[in-house]
Amino acid sequence: MSTKRFRPDVDAPEYKGGYSPYDIIKEGTIAIGVIFLLTLLLAILFGSPDEHAITIKTWSNAAPIDFATTATSELNGTSTTGGYGAPYNNASDGPALGPIHVAHLIGVRIPINTVKDFVIDPLKSLPNQPVLDQNLAMWASASTSTRSTWIANYTKASANMKFTDGHVVVNATDAGPVPVMVDSLTQMARSGALDQALVTGSGFYTTDFTKPLLFVSDGTYLADLATKQHLSGDQWGMMNETGSYPGQAWLWLYSFWYQIPPFNTSGNADILILGIMLLLSVGLLLLPFIPGLRSIPRRTRVYRIIWREHYQNLK
Amino acid sequence: MSTTEIDRQWTTRLRRRAAGKLPPEKLLPDTQPTYVASWIYVFGVATLSSLIVVIATGCVLALRGPYWWHGSPYGHFVNSLHLWSVELFFFAMVVHLWGKFFMAAWRGGRSLTWMTGVVTFLASIGAGFTGYVAQTNFDSQWISTQAKDGINSGGVGAYFNPLDLGQMLMWHIVLLPIAAVVLTGLHVLLVRIKGVVPPFDESAEAAQ
Amino acid sequence: MGWLSSFATIFPLNNLGHYLHWHFLLISRSNLIVTILMVATFLAALFLPFPGRRSRKENQ
Repeated sequence: MSTKRFRPDVDAPEYKGGYSPYDIIKEGTIAIGVIFLLTLLLAILFGSPDEHAITIKTWSNAAPIDFATTATSELNGTSTTGGYGAPYNNASDGPALGPIHVAHLIGVRIPINTVKDFVIDPLKSLPNQPVLDQNLAMWASASTSTRSTWIANYTKASANMKFTDGHVVVNATDAGPVPVMVDSLTQMARSGALDQALVTGSGFYTTDFTKPLLFVSDGTYLADLATKQHLSGDQWGMMNETGSYPGQAWLWLYSFWYQIPPFNTSGNADILILGIMLLLSVGLLLLPFIPGLRSIPRRTRVYRIIWREHYQNLK
Repeated sequence: MSTTEIDRQWTTRLRRRAAGKLPPEKLLPDTQPTYVASWIYVFGVATLSSLIVVIATGCVLALRGPYWWHGSPYGHFVNSLHLWSVELFFFAMVVHLWGKFFMAAWRGGRSLTWMTGVVTFLASIGAGFTGYVAQTNFDSQWISTQAKDGINSGGVGAYFNPLDLGQMLMWHIVLLPIAAVVLTGLHVLLVRIKGVVPPFDESAEAAQ
Repeated sequence: MGWLSSFATIFPLNNLGHYLHWHFLLISRSNLIVTILMVATFLAALFLPFPGRRSRKENQ
């Protein structure tokens, strides 16, 4: 049998030295005890954060103009969700990895029609609203081009949107039912009814908050609160936490790429960074097989410190 | 019944294979090589212990359901235990990873041990993430709506929707804990089968 | 269940965090402390003498 060449970064030498007593069960028991006591100490000392969730009710009461502007953007399709693309709709191709729009290829799996799902359907669920019902009937019987004209006219005039006496006021001409729709949706939101309408869209029981979360994140209210807490993407927000608690610090590398060019300005940052992180994860996984990288431990000689007693004994 | 028939049974063959690979004295050793003499060796068992505390505190939180901890001081305290055990878990795991890297602990047919460790690390990051979005508070609203863009960009969002609380909670309390426990078990068994990696042989290297 | 309120936190960290900003690097003080502790723990694990193994040298 030919003796294979010994590869120091792949093969391990046969150990011919001594053995010492080792009580694995005692070690494990002590470790669990120490970790539990440390956990107890940290929990008693620092507790944990719990900032209340915001609701569409709190948002529309605190910032009714932001809410109504967001509602308008859901109608004219300029909201983040409205122009998102897959998996919500076909409004855009979404971010690309070179020539490939991965999400677009997989298609619309969680269909969201911002006009129907965020405005029309919730308004239809309101009882005893004769004026609103007339306007909704007008909307339903109008052609697509008429609707577009109404929305465009309303959007243009909504630059001077005001909120007076509990109503959204926009002086728009030829906007059809849109002013009543936006105002009614704002009233509905301020009463808390929109929170319910968006989650119960799929029936009595639900654990799916896709619609209200998308709606809330289309406004600036949530983002403004998050930016105050240093949680935005361009603030390394992925690894930060509300208050002064440590966050998911282990996401530092994922977060890092979003801070530097070209990613901090690229529309394709999400897919590019996902790709980089997948590659790096595979690299870490296959480290034992990558020449050069797998030699770093032997070359840096940090192991001399770890096994210093062993090497002293050999002398 | 002939002996050969017993020999051929799946059960017999599995038992003999397991006993050959992992005899009791390897599974629960009472000695270890003398080179295992550094504090760095503590962080593997520290990671495992933290995982046990993470799961135990998570089980207490599960008793009363996902919203309990918002309204009860006792629930909030259990949540604090859960959070800090997770911080300790990742802390210990990262130090363990650095230590094993500088020992080149994949040597001598231990690459699968290294790889199960890395996959456990990645699964744990997923478990941590789903936990953050299942908190049902401001944190989870913000994290889920931000993270969806990264997840959607790779097409994964079509099947793994961070805005669906029910799905995230299931992943957090069923699928990912099972993955983490199975992977950790495999990792620990591999360590017991293969033993702790021996130091570099500097004399052999000099001779080459 | 009044005794449960004794679980009150001693140093709650709910106030807005302190952040350190250096070029594109922006890190919360807590994350920085955790990171420094991690590196310090790693170095301590490397350099601190491991107890209980000393006697073995004489045995050998």
